[in-house]
This record gives sequence, C-alpha cells and structure tokens, in this order.
Amino acid sequence: MLTHTTIPEEKVKGNPKQNLIKFLTKNMVTIMFLALVLAGYLIAGMNPFLFLFDIVARMSRNSFLVLSLIIPVVAGMGLNFSIVLGAMAAQALLIFVTHWGITGLPGILLCIILVTPLSLFLGYLTGKLFNKAKGQEMIAGLILAFFAQGIYELIFLQLVGGIIPMNNTTLIMSQGIGVRTTVDLTDGLKYGLDWPGVTWGMPNLLRPTLPWTVIVGVIALLVGYLVYLLFFKGKRASAPKLISSAVVGGLLVYWSVNQIQTGSMINMVRIPLLTWFVILALCLFIVFFSKTKLGQDMRSVGQDRHVAAVAGIQVDRVRVIAIMMSMVMASWGHIIFLQNMGAFSTYGSHEQIGLYSVAALLIGGATVTKATIGQALLGVFLFHALFIVSPSAGRQLFGDAQVGEYFRVFVAYGVIGATLALHAWKTLLQRKDKLGV
Amino acid sequence: MIKDFAGKFLANFGLARVIILAFFIFLCIMAVVFQLDIAELLTSSLVRIGMWGVLVLAMLPAIKSGIGPNFGVSLGILCGLVGALTALEMAYRLGDSVQFGGGTLFIIAILISLPFAILTGIAYGWLLNRVKGSEMMIATYVGFSMVSIMKIAWLFLPYTSPEMAWPIGRGVRVQISLAGRGITRLLNNFLSFNIGEVIVPTGLLLFFAFMCFLVWLFMRSKTGVAMHAAGDNPRFSEAAGINVNRSRMIGTTLSTILGAIGILVYAQSYGFVQLYEGPMFMPFVAVAAVLIGGASVRKATITHVIVGTALFLGIQVVAIPVANAFTTEWASMGEISRKIIQNGVILYALTQAGGE
Amino acid sequence: MGEPFLLQMKNIGKSYYGTQVLQDINLSLKPGEIHAIVGENGAGKSTLMNILFGMEVIHSTGGYEGEVLVDGKKEEIESPQRAMELGIGMVHQEFMLLPNFTITENIKLNRENLKPSFLSRVFGEKTKLLNFPQMNSDSRKALDKLDIDIEEYVMVAGLPVGYMQLTEIAREIDKTNVKVIVFDEPTAVLAESEADRLLEAMKKIADEGIAILFITHRLDEVLAISDNITVLRDGSLVATKSVDETDVNQIAELMVGRKIEKMVHGEERSFKGETALKTENLVVHMPGEKVNGVDLEVRKGEFFGIGGLAGQGKVGVANGIMGLYPGRGKVWINGKQLELNNPSKSMAQGLAYVSEDRRGVGLLLDSSIELNIVITSLHNQNKFLKNFGIIRLLDNKGIHEHALKMIKDLDIRCTGPGQFVKRLSGGNQQKVCIARALTMEPDILFVSEPTRGIDVGAKRLVLETLVRLNEELEMTIIMTSSELGELRSVCDRIAIVSEGKIAGILRPGDPDKDFGLLMGGKRKRRGA
Repeated sequence: MLTHTTIPEEKVKGNPKQNLIKFLTKNMVTIMFLALVLAGYLIAGMNPFLFLFDIVARMSRNSFLVLSLIIPVVAGMGLNFSIVLGAMAAQALLIFVTHWGITGLPGILLCIILVTPLSLFLGYLTGKLFNKAKGQEMIAGLILAFFAQGIYELIFLQLVGGIIPMNNTTLIMSQGIGVRTTVDLTDGLKYGLDWPGVTWGMPNLLRPTLPWTVIVGVIALLVGYLVYLLFFKGKRASAPKLISSAVVGGLLVYWSVNQIQTGSMINMVRIPLLTWFVILALCLFIVFFSKTKLGQDMRSVGQDRHVAAVAGIQVDRVRVIAIMMSMVMASWGHIIFLQNMGAFSTYGSHEQIGLYSVAALLIGGATVTKATIGQALLGVFLFHALFIVSPSAGRQLFGDAQVGEYFRVFVAYGVIGATLALHAWKTLLQRKDKLGV
Repeated sequence: MIKDFAGKFLANFGLARVIILAFFIFLCIMAVVFQLDIAELLTSSLVRIGMWGVLVLAMLPAIKSGIGPNFGVSLGILCGLVGALTALEMAYRLGDSVQFGGGTLFIIAILISLPFAILTGIAYGWLLNRVKGSEMMIATYVGFSMVSIMKIAWLFLPYTSPEMAWPIGRGVRVQISLAGRGITRLLNNFLSFNIGEVIVPTGLLLFFAFMCFLVWLFMRSKTGVAMHAAGDNPRFSEAAGINVNRSRMIGTTLSTILGAIGILVYAQSYGFVQLYEGPMFMPFVAVAAVLIGGASVRKATITHVIVGTALFLGIQVVAIPVANAFTTEWASMGEISRKIIQNGVILYALTQAGGE
Repeated sequence: MGEPFLLQMKNIGKSYYGTQVLQDINLSLKPGEIHAIVGENGAGKSTLMNILFGMEVIHSTGGYEGEVLVDGKKEEIESPQRAMELGIGMVHQEFMLLPNFTITENIKLNRENLKPSFLSRVFGEKTKLLNFPQMNSDSRKALDKLDIDIEEYVMVAGLPVGYMQLTEIAREIDKTNVKVIVFDEPTAVLAESEADRLLEAMKKIADEGIAILFITHRLDEVLAISDNITVLRDGSLVATKSVDETDVNQIAELMVGRKIEKMVHGEERSFKGETALKTENLVVHMPGEKVNGVDLEVRKGEFFGIGGLAGQGKVGVANGIMGLYPGRGKVWINGKQLELNNPSKSMAQGLAYVSEDRRGVGLLLDSSIELNIVITSLHNQNKFLKNFGIIRLLDNKGIHEHALKMIKDLDIRCTGPGQFVKRLSGGNQQKVCIARALTMEPDILFVSEPTRGIDVGAKRLVLETLVRLNEELEMTIIMTSSELGELRSVCDRIAIVSEGKIAGILRPGDPDKDFGLLMGGKRKRRGA
C-alpha cells in the first residue's frame, strides 16, 4: 500500500562518481523540472521584472498551503488531498466576514480566529474517515474533496440567502438564493495580510522593495552566520564555507544596490513582510514540532503502525491529530492565498487547490513518505515558475498560448501520477526484498 | 425480530445503499405528488441507462480481475473518441465517392478504436501490475494525466472535417455534433416501440444487454474463470498455475475496450462527441454506479452493474424536475445531489474495503 | 525482600473454546536465574508466554486459570502495558524496530525523556521537547551493559540482524524496573557468531539480577547457559530439571515421548521399488521456513512423512517442489527432472498439493464448493470444458456431477455443491482441498498440516482418508506435519528437518529420544 511502511533510506557512502549518480536519480524530478523551467524561461523571453513580480506574489500566497501538507506525510498518511476541505472552510469565512463588512488586517485576523474551530472539526471527521480506510487514505482524501464540494455547493448555492439568511446584493445572486459565482474582496479583505498598513493609510508599511530586502536580508544572514560560527563552533569554523557565503552575499548586495541606483523596474517589486513572517513562523513551528513528543509519535506511526502500537502509542489518535493540524494550516493558507488574489470563483475548481499544492510539494523532491520544509519551498518556486513561463513559451513555440496552459496542467497531473507509481513500485520491491527473494 | 431482520438487511446491503434507495423512492413519490410527466421521466431514465450501461459494465472485468474499480477508464474513453473522430474524418474525406450510413459509421468507429483500446489496455495493465495495492490512486492520476495530455493532442491532430475543426485557429472543437450523419439516436430508435406514452429505446437497451451477455459468456470461459480466481485470491491462483499478472492485464484490456465502446454508445445517444475536459470525470460516475448496485471494491457481478446503473441514473433523471417543482430556486439540486451521492457512495465503499 | 522467587506461575491453564492447550503448569524463577522452556510444536510454550505478557489473544478468549505471582504478590496481567509495569519484558521473534530511527530512538520508543517547552504548559505532556542528550546517555548505558560497541546514534536500517536484536534487548533493559525478560526463540534468525554473542549478553543480564525465561529448541544452547530447564509436552509440564541433573538425551526423550496410536494396519512396510521423488540439494526461500539443502528419496506407494519443529524448514520442502516459493536445486519425479518455480510444470508432472495455508492459499472462500474442486484441473488439464469452436466454456453439468461424487466419497458435510466454501467447517474445508487435489488424479500427493485447526473427530477422518488413498490407490503421499504423533501413526518413514536440512530419517517405531535429538538441532559448537 502507498502509506503503510517507510522505505529505509540507504546510508552507504560510495565513491564520488557513485554519489553523483545517486544524487541525480534521487532528485530526478526536481532536476528535470529545473531544466524545464530554465528552458521555458529562455524560450518565453520574459521580462525579468514581470517574472520576479509574479514569482514573489505566487510564493507569498502559496507557500503556507504547501507547507500544510508536510505533517500528514510525516505521519504516514501520504499526500493529504483533503486540504480542500480546509480551503472551503476558509472561503466560507471570507464570505461571511466580507458580508459583515470587516476589512483589512482586522478582517483577516477575524477570519483566522473563526475558521480554526471549523477546520479542527472538519479535520477530526476526515481523520476518522482516513482511519477507516487505512492504506487508501489518498484516494479517500481525493473523493472526500469532491464530496465536500457537493455539500459546499448545497450550502452556498441553495441554502445561503434563503434558509441561511444573508441580505446582501453584492454577494447574493439576483434571485435572492445562492452566493454569486465570483466574490470580490477589493476594498475588503484584499491584501489584508500583505498590506497591513492600508487601514491606517500606510500602504508601504512592512513592504520593503526587493532590492532593499535583499540587502538587509543578506547582511543580517551573514552577520548571523558569523556570530554562529564564532560563538558556537569556535575554531572549527569552516573558512571556505564562510568565504563562499560572503561572496554570494556580496554579489547579491551589489546587484541590489545597482538596481536601486539605476531606478529599474525591479524597485517596484515589494515583499510583503508580514506574510513572510507568518510563513517563517509556520516553518519554525514545524521544526519545533518535530522535536516534541507528539511529533516523535507521528514519525513513529509514519514508519510502522504496528511497531508503534505495540510500543503503546495510540496510533489512531495520532493520525487524527495530524490531519486536524494539516486542515487548520490549510485553511489559514487558503486565507493567505485569497487575500492576495483579491477575488475568487465561489464554486470553481476546488480541485485545483489539492492538485497544485501536492504537485508543488512533489516537484520540490518530496515523496509520499518524506517531505521537508526545504522541499516544499523549492517546489513552490519551481512549480509556479513553470506556471508563469508556460503560456509565453507556448506562444513562442506553437503560436498558441493555450498549449502552454494545457501543458502546465498536464505537468501537475503527470508529476503526481508518476510519483505515486514510482512510490508504489518501490514499496512492492521492498516488500519482495524482505521476503528474501 | 424486526430489529434482527433490519440489522441483517443493513449489513448485507450497506447503510449507504439503503439511504440511496430510500432517497430514490422518496423522489419517485414526490414526482407523483408534483404530478410530473411520469412517462417522460421513464423514457429519459431508460435512455440514460442505455447510454451509460456499457461504461458501467467496463467496471466489471476490472473489479473481477482484482485491480478494483477502474478509475482510469477514461483511457478507454479516449480510445473511443479517437475512433469516433477518425471515422468521421474518413466519412468526410471519402464523402464524394462513398456514402456512409449511420450504422456503418458506428461500427467503423468501434473497429478503429479497438486496436488503440487493446494496446492501451495492455500497457495500463502492465503499469497496474507494478503498483499492486495502490491501483485506484494510480488509475485516477493516469486517467487525469492522459486526458490532460490529450487536450494538447486535440489541438494538433490532423482532423480537417469542417464539423470537427475550428474554422480559424488550430485544433478540433470542444464538442462535435453528429447531426446529419444518421448516427444520432440510431440505436435508440432501432426497433423502438411505445408503451403508452413511454418510448422504449429498444436498440440501445438491446445493445447493452448484448454486451452484458458477451461479458457473461466470457466469465464462463476458461480465461474468465481464471480471471475470477485471480481477482478473488491471487495466492491461490498462483498456486493453481494461473498467471495472475496476465489475468489482470486481460481485465484492464477488456475494461478499456468496453470503455471505448461505451463512449461511442453514449455519444450516439447524446448526439455529440465531447472532447477536452469531457472524459475527465466520467469514470467516477461509472464507479459510483456499480458500487451503488451492490458491488464492492473487490467483488462485482453483472446484476450489480444493471441495478446500479438503473438506480444511480434514475435518481439523476428524477431529481432535477422534482427539485425544480419544489422551488425554482433549487434548480441546481439535481447536480448537487448527484455529486453528493456519487462521491458519498465511493467513500463508503473505501471504508468497507477492509484495509490492507 | 526476603521473597526468594521473583516470579511464580501456579497451576496455569488455558483452554481455547473447549480445547485445553495448557494444564497445571508450575514454574518459579529466582532473580538472575536463566530458565529454558523446551517442547515440540504445540506444546504450549508460546501460550504460556502470551499469558505472562498479557497478550490480547488470551483475554479475548476467556482468560487463563491459575495464578501469577510477582515478588510473592498475586497479579492480574491484562495487557502488555501491565506486564511492562510489573517489570516483565519480552524480546519478540519479529523485531519491533523502526528502521529510520536511530538506536537511541528505538530504545526509547514511547518512553522518551522529555523536557518542558513553551507550549507544554498549555497543551500538556505531548508538546514537551525530546531530551536527546539524556536519551543518548541512557541508551549508551544500556548498550554498554550488553557490551555492544556500536554508536547509539546510528540508524537501525541496514544494521546486521544480530545488532538489531541487541537493540531490542537494550530496549528491554533500559526499562528501569525490568525484572524478567522473556526471549522467544532468540537465536532462530542469528548466525552462529551472533548467537554466541547473544548468549554472552544473556549471561551478563542474568548477572545483574534479571531473570531470563527463554524458549528455544536448540538443546545444546539450553545446556550451555541455563540454570533450569522446563519441558512441556501437549500442554502439560513433563519435568523441571536443573542443568546439573540432566543431559541432552534425557531432555530429548522427555520432549517427545508419548504413546503412539497406529492407524495403519499390518506390518511395517519396506519399499524397494521405483523412486517416485528424488531431490538433490533442494534450497527454498520460504520466509520463516527456509530450506538449506535437502536430499530426499521417496519410493512409489510410500506414505512418507516430513516433520520437525516450526520454522525449521519442513513446510518449505513441499512448497518449493510445487513452485509456490522460489527454489533451487535438482528434483526428479518418476525419473524425469522437474522444472522448479513453476506450479504448472509441477502439476503437469503428476504432483498435487494440499497447502498448509488452507484459507490463504488453499481455497477460494467466496466461491462454490464445486468451483473450488474443479478449478485446478480445469485450468491445468482442461477438464470440465466444452468446446465451442475456439471458445471453451464451463461444462456445468459435468462439474456438478463430479462435485457430488467427491462430496459423497469424502463425506463433505454441506448443503450442496453450490454452497460457498467459507461457510464450511475447517474439517470440511480441508476435504474440499483434498477433493481438488484428487480431481487432478496425481501420482504424488503432497499434504501439509492436514489436520491443523480441525476438531478431533474430523482429524481422524482426514487421516483415515489419506491412509485409504495410499492403500487402495497406491498413491505416493508425502505428508508434512507439526504433530509428530500424527506422523508416527500413519507414515512408513519420517524425515526430520532441522535448520533447513534433513537431520535424519526414522521409522515410526524408533525410540522417542532419537526423534527429540534430531529435532533439537545439533548445531556445531566451537571446537566441536
């Protein structure tokens, strides 16, 4: 089955050539993707400013969602397609908070506070379902997402406005029943997190430009690294590492200063610091969590349910908690996503949320049984970079941007399908190995 | 005593199915209450059952051979679509010299799609043999991936017939009309007769029955029995000298072929060939139908196929007018209830799969 | 203190649904004592340990009789958790280790040392952080006690089996309150050097005052390190001896000796005729029952038995010859060489098999009796088929009639040939399996564990059926069984398999101790 036992990692040290080959095969997907993105970028001939602008926006709004997939992987439940439910909960809250007219950062905070208990509840139910379908969690999650879509449509298309009263001509359709097919968050919750200062007339609060962010960031990191080396590692500090970091940092700072001086368009790219603080906080939380007792229990359950159970760990309970945590993170992540998008299609493709987040995670190098923060972030970057360049590349190559669009969707499905197949095959081989064949 | 009987009934039938059956009966009662046109509903139901029947039947060889419900029957559907388009293209290209009748075109479409379906089925079976235990998930994503890549392919395949190709720009249309070729409702109308106001699409139902018969015959052959054993207990089968992997591949191939034929039956009844996104979610309907009929992830019979198709599609046909009659604001209830029932029953079946 | 006995089991008994598998067992352990428990298959060793360790299987089937006293105090052990609280630890045969964790993490599994975190005040115990330095030092201590020189932060994946087992043991002795450790066939999976090392480790543990109960079949190990030895047989205590007052022969005899009831009539038969089956260096990779080179020769018409203790390989022989598990070596059937790893070929050369895994491999539970009976011959011999041009369809009438005949001949109790096999009792299911094998009209019939899981009355019937087949049809029968008594009651000759090889071939009438010694596995000792 796809999620039952982890495949033990091989830790044999070979010669450099062997190591290189092993590195390449292990990270094949990521490397191929890197090549694809590079090729696409060159073919598309995009304006670097547009690319940077777009990629910063995409990473800011998608990273949280993808990070929410990590914990279920660690707990041995595979790729959690049920995060769609958390996303639907987030949308529900956004609709209501918009209706109540609360805007900006306070509105976002309200959404987050209210969506949490709802997501916890949905996560609890989902976790229970997964425990009844052990070994088939992923497809159960996928079908559950479709099922929940039906319920969501029932509530928001047929009940809200009528049985669930909502008197609001902007949000509700003209007949009086059902939320309109698009919800616009402009002048409401849009950019509530990205532009926290807007409510108080300070649109650039916590939104430094890219070059400045790079300068300050690089200097801070280098100083921090230096302090770490001197005070914690003493004389064992690695000089080559320090020098190479300084060189890279120096180049980045030089480039940034150059951009500021030439007044290029790059100065229009702004980094939403608050959003990134939130993302960083989640990363730190995940690291912290993996060192706690509960985190260790999840890692145990993720490796072998039977051994964990015999050792006295409450396997079913741990699994449910993992899904509950993932669901809450997904709902917050979707709020972050939508406040940046500024508008959303009420009933449209919730499926995309699961599909794109999972594909991004896998492209970063994660598998059904192993996922790290680095892989999540790298995956978001690569996946969305491809998204940005595909239509233009398609137009350049085939005279049709549509080809590019179809291609990127195919890539998302294909990556997931291939990863699943590879993992299932490896698991089968490993079981055969155990039998001593 | 009644409690005992009820308990046993529930255990055998499954809670989800009982709920669905009850819902269907409720809808029928409501239809009478709202004085809807019963004859029309019956006619629609019969047509729908005939349209989907072969596609649902495609689930049978898959489940029996042990790979579970074929979430990847979209592969077979794509083969059928290629067959249809090629047949239409042929009719167009040779249009001056030869006139093809509707029936001939239908058969040609089937014949063209067969080699594609067989090759695809074998490759698909090979893949599924390597992922035992995770077939459902992989089938789903292989299906999605292939439909996605075919979306690109539809843009480039050399079909030039004016009813298929866009006049400006590249690629074929999203939906291709079959009007004027004598195919539309060909089977439906064949030997059709009326019972009162109900129009029975005899040809369509006969075709479905005939396909069921062929499958039934196959299950009584040596290969069919081997497949039954392979799906029921692979270890037993290996010990008995049955090649389980081969049986599974035969199962997927048959399923893919039925998928191809099934979409052609569907298209001729509907009057349109739907490309691009069309095949994406059709497998889920077929899976849900056979499960509703009483099948499980591991077991299925032809009765399950017939009962499930009738029940699931019956609900779809009746739900919309009933909801509409109740209140016009509930126009979407039909579609919503389908989504809930369809996915709900699949979820239920997954929890009954008995784990690993 | 002052209580001499650490653990006492008094008048322990256990019955499963009316069948008494243990009666009146008494056992006492002093601190630091190494106590071996020996016995054949089914003697009750595992059941006794399950009772001691509070396993679910005991409690869900009606509990046990008798008393268990720890340090003189009567205790109820309802779960493994309770057993652990009382200081009883167990090293299982199948390792309970997580491969992607370090040795430390495995030793401390679910008993990790914790320290408070910023969340733990609000969210409780589970949000405390793992205290790795403390965990590592505790593990280091446990490993040092066993004299293991491996680093505690190494990952378990990839470790040799011996080290994995030592990690299991280190886990048990890290539990601060441990008083008794039970070892269930610990050397079964180890190489010789690893086994010696294990025995050394056990001695060290005992020197610390921890008592050890160890189940083994290797008599030389038993004598090498035990202080006392308890012999179980058929659920009863045969004897408890201290190591000084006994020897390997006596133990072997105690293990095996019982009255044999012969089922065959007439004198002992001697076969000088053709060879039906011959194997040369047969090797079979069957997990848990590896065959490491078996040479056999079975004559035509013989009723040949293969016996030995569980896990020693006896079951692997038939499975390998029938192609169910990967095998190597040479096999000849009636003089013609057989291609291995191919069930079809085995059946084509006149072999048929009734598997020991009735429900897993032997039957299609959700199919009818008649289908189960005919399917193998249908598929391999094209019987029961009607030809319609190129299509071959089932001959329903023929199948039905044949099934009726089999039901009558073998007295299969059922409602008819169409009944689903899963509704039948164990004995009748077994008869369906036999019926299927017979439908093949084989030259040689392999039967494994024919009476396992069958009630006493049906057992006799099954054995009588086999004897009848052998005598009337002159069918060569090769029967593999864990029950030595059964083998000795029907077979002409019995081969005992130990460590995957033939330890010896005996006649049913040969002395008990010969059987015991062969099963007791003479491993090469250093210098011997």
